Formats: sequence, structure tokens, C-alpha cells
Amino acid sequence: MKKIVTAEGSGNPGLQQKSTLHRRDFLRYSGYAGVAVAGASLISIAGCQDKDDNDGVDFGTGDFAILNYAYALEQLEAAFYQQVIASPYAGMSALEKGLLTDVRDHEIAHREFFKAALGANAIQDLEVDFSSINFSSRDSVLNAAKSFEDLGVSAYNGAGRYFVDANYLLLAGKIVSVEARHAAYIRDLLSNGSFADSSVIDGNGLDTSRKPRDVIAIANAYIVTELNANTLPA
Amino acid sequence: MNFLQILNQVEEQEPEIFDRLDSRRKVIGNFVNFGKKLTLISLPFAISGMFQKAYGQNPGPAVLDVFNFALTLEYLEYRFYQQGVNASGLIPTGAPLTAITSIRDNELSHVNFLKTTITQLGGTPVPEPTFDFTGGNGTGNGPFSAVFSDYATFLAVAQVFEDTGVRAYKGQAGNLIGTNDLLEAALNIHSVEARHASHIRQMRKFNNFGDVKPWITGNDPGVGAANALVQASYNGEDNTVQATVNIVNIGGQSISFNAASESFDEPLSKTEVLAIVDPFIV
Repeated sequence: MKKIVTAEGSGNPGLQQKSTLHRRDFLRYSGYAGVAVAGASLISIAGCQDKDDNDGVDFGTGDFAILNYAYALEQLEAAFYQQVIASPYAGMSALEKGLLTDVRDHEIAHREFFKAALGANAIQDLEVDFSSINFSSRDSVLNAAKSFEDLGVSAYNGAGRYFVDANYLLLAGKIVSVEARHAAYIRDLLSNGSFADSSVIDGNGLDTSRKPRDVIAIANAYIVTELNANTLPA
Repeated sequence: MNFLQILNQVEEQEPEIFDRLDSRRKVIGNFVNFGKKLTLISLPFAISGMFQKAYGQNPGPAVLDVFNFALTLEYLEYRFYQQGVNASGLIPTGAPLTAITSIRDNELSHVNFLKTTITQLGGTPVPEPTFDFTGGNGTGNGPFSAVFSDYATFLAVAQVFEDTGVRAYKGQAGNLIGTNDLLEAALNIHSVEARHASHIRQMRKFNNFGDVKPWITGNDPGVGAANALVQASYNGEDNTVQATVNIVNIGGQSISFNAASESFDEPLSKTEVLAIVDPFIV
């Protein structure tokens, strides 16, 4: 919200009465480009956007929005693996426990990294709900883990294009390959040899990408805190 | 002058501009989305990119260089696995041969995809080099002379190629920033290479060929006596400071050095990668 508050000072108060205008879009837009574009034109531009939902956690703007999006997913993954290690499923071997503990620590490291790097721009801690997962069942846990890891890989792959700053793109790149290593490991635990099967890799040998709003729609099944996906790229 | 005036003037000069750009409404919609992501200073580049896309201009030699560099690495990987699969008795039948065959097929798909992409961009795909997978630079008698007769050596070389490939793509991502679909395709290959690396590492662990995990710990190659030969592929992977943030015990959490190094893979430059693969290219 901090950026919006900043932008509000320079907004034209009269525009608030033009009903179809999505206030946040206008404010964000004017914050970036207001000096170059006349106010009258802004109404017609913003009017093309058909958004009503203003509720939920605001991811922010620009590269910060994408970093917060990654932070949200890392919060979800870290919380999941913390539960996995806190209440190991029946028959978890020592090797599995060791490597799943590694995965937990990697996800915590990712989560804490984003929190530290975003600083005051970071979104809040998210409340999660894993009640659909049976943590005593190996199958249930590993299938959930597979979903989370494949989702994470597809999310980072789909988000790369939105970065303006190459340093942030590189950081995302440093993380996504670790998520892909996790995904392959979890898949092989479930079914050896499924590390890169046709459910995730297409005929060109390319991994999956998902758009931010599609990822949030999937992740929402495990996140209680309301997220405003409208603050992410379409 | 504002953006809409620019569009109006372009439309006067080029009445079909909105056919090329899809529709006026969509252009403006896209522009609103652009506005969310871009700082003021980069706005002119966004507009320029929109028109470049509409007029199909090629993305420039730097982007083609990235894709031809990637193609060289994919040739290397594909030919390596193809020769491995064809080497009688090298890879045990069943799960191991199935896995290596599917990795080979992914690499061939990457080769074909990159060749097609380079051609579509108006470039010329580089030809496939001649390889010496013993690492002997054409002598056929390099340090990995048993690469197609000894399963452990084969998997060690596979691991190094995959881990290096991941680092190579990562190092090129910044050169593709702003190319949207091209960047995304490179990222989509990058994560497949990481999946391969994870599986090859599991195969090595399973066979007691090396005490390795699916991820890279510190800067340890994990290939025993051959470590010194391939160290360049792992140098820098022991980094535990990301964007000035120290990952060890970050945020009061108990994060070991090993976990901190594993949780972020590191890039390699094109120069570093070419030096690493040089002994394998005649």
C-alpha cells in the first residue's frame, strides 16, 4: 500500500468520481506515467480494465510485485515442508527424511531471503491451510509436494518475463533450478523415472509455465489469507 | 505529447497499424498492463518493443548468440546420451536405460527447438561440432576414456554436463530480458536440465558412484578422483550471500552452510562454460 499512498498525493481528486475507473490502477499508472499522459486520456485507458475486486493482499508494483509473488509461494512451500518434517509420514526412510529436511531448509532459506530482500515492500505472513493433506500418508504428502514443486517451477518460468531488473531475474533463476531439482526428486520418490515426464514437459522438451493469476488460483486452495491476484500481471 | 496522441499520429501515417497490433483496444489494454510493471524511464522501450513485435523485426545478434550458444550445448548433451544409449552393455536395461533414453529425447527436442527458433529469428543455426567425450580434445584418449565403457564414468560426465548446462542457461537469462517468449523458452529448457541433473545425481547415489544429493552442496563436484578435472563446473556454487543477504542462519532460522549453498544454484558466464566444454569439442 505504501506506493499507492505516495501516488495519491499527485492524483487528481476529481477523477475519483468517474465511476468505472479502477482507483488503484489509476493511481499506480499515474505514479509511473502521469507526467507524460494527460488526465483525460487516463480515464479512457483505465476504463478498459474490467476489475472490481479490490480486496486481499496487494502484491505491489513492478519487480516488487513479482518478488512478492515468489515470496508468497515460498511461504506456502516452507510451511508445508515444516509440517512434513514435524510429523513424518509412516515409513519415511532415513534417506528420505534427510533429503526432505534439506528441501525444507531450502524453502525456508528462499522464504527468508525474499522477506529480507523485500524489506518494507514485503507482503504479510500468509496463513495456510493444509487440512486436505494427510501428513501421515506418504502418498498424500508426496503428491502434495509434487504439486507444489511443479507449481513453483511453472510459476518462476512464467514470471521471468515480467522482470525489468536483470539482477532479480537472475535471483529467480537461481531458485527455479533448485525447485526443479526438488520436483524431479519428489517425482522419482513417487514413481522412479517420472522426473521429467510428459505431464510437465511438452513435445519441444520445454518445461511448464503458468501465468501468475493461474498459479494463485491453484495455490489458493492452501492459502487462507486473501490475495489480490489483480495486482499481478494478467 | 501523450501515448494516445502518438498512436493517433502513427495511425494517420500507417492506417493498418492497428491490424498489425491486433486492435486499438488491445494495444491500450496492453499498455495499461505495461504501465504496472515499468518505471517511467523504461516506458519508451516498452513502446518500442511493442512496435518491433508488430513489425517482426529480428531481436538482434546478441539474442541469436545466446540461442546458438545454447544449441552448441544441446548438441553436446544430445550426442553424449545418444552414444551412451547406443554403447552396448553400458547402461543397464530397465529403469536406467529408460531414464537415459528419455533424457536423450529431451535433448534432441531442445536441439530441434533451438534450430527452428534461430531460423525463425532470421539467424543461422551453428552446425554440430565433432565431440570427443573422453575430454581429450580429439585424441579420443582424454581423462574420461572409459566414458562409454564404464557406467560410473558415464554418469559422472552426465552429471557434470547437466549441472553445467543449468548454470549456462542461468548465466544467459539476463541477455534475454525483455524478449518475453524467447526468455520464457530458455527458462523452460533451463528447468528441464535441472530435472535431469537431479535424476542423474540420484542414479549416481543409488549405485554408490558418489555421495551426492539431487542438489549441489558447496562447490563439491562429488565425482571422487575426477573432482579436480571438473572443478570449474562447480566453482562458485558455494556462494551463500544472495543480493547482499547472508543465507546462513537467515532470519534466525537454522540454515546450515550446506543448505544455504544448495538452496541457490549459481550462473556461469559463456566464457566459463566454453572453457569447461572445450576438451570435449574437437
